[in-house]
Amino acid sequence: MSTLTEAPPPLSPPAPERKPPRKRGRWTPYWLLLPGILWLVVFFAAPMVYQASTSVQTGSLEEGYKVTWHFVTYWDAVSEYWPQFLRSVAYAASATVLCLLLGYPLAYLIAFRAGRWRNLIMILVIAPFFTSFLIRTLAWKTILADGGPVVGVLNTLHVLDVTSWLGWTAGDRVLATPLAVVCGLTYNFLPFMILPLYTSLERIDGRLHEAAGDLYARPSTVFRKVTFPLSMPGVVSGTLLTFIPATGDYVNASLLGSADTGMIGNVIQSQFLRVLDYPTAAALSFVLMAAILAMVTFYIRKSGTEDLV
Amino acid sequence: MTFVNWLKRNLVVIAGLLTLAYLLLPNVIVTIFSFNKPNGRFNYEWQQFSTDAWKDPCGVSGLCGSLSISLQIALWATLGATALGTAIAFALVRYRFRARGAINSLIFLPMAMPEVVMAASLLTLFLNMGARLGFWTILIAHIMFCLSFVVTAVKARVMSMDPRLEQAAQDLYAGPFQTFVRVTLPIAAPGIAAGALLAFALSFDDFIITNFNAGSTVTFPMFVWGSAQRGTPVQINVIGTAMFVIAVLFVLASMVVGNRRNRRKACSTSVYS
Repeated sequence: MSTLTEAPPPLSPPAPERKPPRKRGRWTPYWLLLPGILWLVVFFAAPMVYQASTSVQTGSLEEGYKVTWHFVTYWDAVSEYWPQFLRSVAYAASATVLCLLLGYPLAYLIAFRAGRWRNLIMILVIAPFFTSFLIRTLAWKTILADGGPVVGVLNTLHVLDVTSWLGWTAGDRVLATPLAVVCGLTYNFLPFMILPLYTSLERIDGRLHEAAGDLYARPSTVFRKVTFPLSMPGVVSGTLLTFIPATGDYVNASLLGSADTGMIGNVIQSQFLRVLDYPTAAALSFVLMAAILAMVTFYIRKSGTEDLV
Repeated sequence: MTFVNWLKRNLVVIAGLLTLAYLLLPNVIVTIFSFNKPNGRFNYEWQQFSTDAWKDPCGVSGLCGSLSISLQIALWATLGATALGTAIAFALVRYRFRARGAINSLIFLPMAMPEVVMAASLLTLFLNMGARLGFWTILIAHIMFCLSFVVTAVKARVMSMDPRLEQAAQDLYAGPFQTFVRVTLPIAAPGIAAGALLAFALSFDDFIITNFNAGSTVTFPMFVWGSAQRGTPVQINVIGTAMFVIAVLFVLASMVVGNRRNRRKACSTSVYS
């Protein structure tokens, strides 16, 4: 409605005194924002609200759904699928920790030690993005195959005995086990950890390291007291960018896992696209969203970086 | 002892390179298996060297069709998301207005939401509106989730811009339009390009949101997904390898151009100084 009042009347005589130039752009930000924000409201926010209402509906596909405030759907969904919920959080958390452990040295290497190789390594981190991630995930099937080199080496070192005992692998297999799913998740979200880590490490003034060294700090102390605390923004945003999408992911669990490694994403996907039970599916994705928001809020509070997000 | 010392000093480098190897291992496998001649439907075990798939990348029905659909969607989604996102980024950085906080969180949320949740809720909307799922619903969804990433990329660049450059242009009697095209846009260009590139890669590679909202339209990731169940043709590895090589060449070329431009700039400034 405001569009009508904003548009200057075409035939009106010019105003006697010109407004100061600053005032001229008063509506500009709104015009700039309007199309994009409208898009997000219509295709992001509104669907969320819509889904909330779907989750309290009952009915069937043939007869149509009605809002009945049937909250039991939530209870049923959670009581039936809590193993998948727990599994999603456990897998995503393991993958996030692994990403941090693997990604930190690489980000550090690019930021401080790579020298003239920096750009090349950067390209090699980003370029896999452009090969379809599904193709790359399928390649893990070859790498982790039963008769493959990874299984062979792990078997010779008797690692698989230990991991099977822990429940990460099953017998002599790696494929179709939790270990394979976590490996795929770690792989797929590693760049999302490396890039924020690199950005925050790169901002650190190298002279701080020298100063710490001058004050007789050992390299490990320099890392613990200077480098790591200063890279906290990268650690926080990297872990969030890894953990959140990994919790909802169902591709890795489908391609590399088995029926016993299904994550909550797999349940939502099959409820929505195969079973066509929309209220349950909507309730499940709402619980997932709420759980993630709660965990993220707690995490951000704990890490004391509220201003980052 | 010296070896242990060397190891200690280079521990970070070794660990980092191992991670890099972990990141690139699947790409190596994809490349190697693009030269395989599989025995049976699945291309997971090495059989025999062959260049058949490279000679005929479109030899599998539906593959190149899905590739062209993905490219079209990625191009339009990039254009749409970049245009809308750049405008938002400028508004957020350059102007103070009410509801800035709300708008900031509206832009942050799509990045912080698991894709399944977004995909499922968008599908509920489309189903209830009675929209026909296909090209347009995919495009709408892709513009939606790429938008936030473009805004973030462009915002970072615009924030580091010196507003005095634009004031200087206006002092030299450049109109608002001229200032924007001759000063603002060139300075913001790297950020906009980064946002566009990110949007293209995200859209081209997206599977989860597309899978929910595609109807019977098959994009390239969906073709790969289907083939994982039916049997993966070698051609998929060929396309994967080609995409990786093209991406690396593209980035290398842009770096060479950038370097040359920098050098030229350095030369011209040294002439004038």
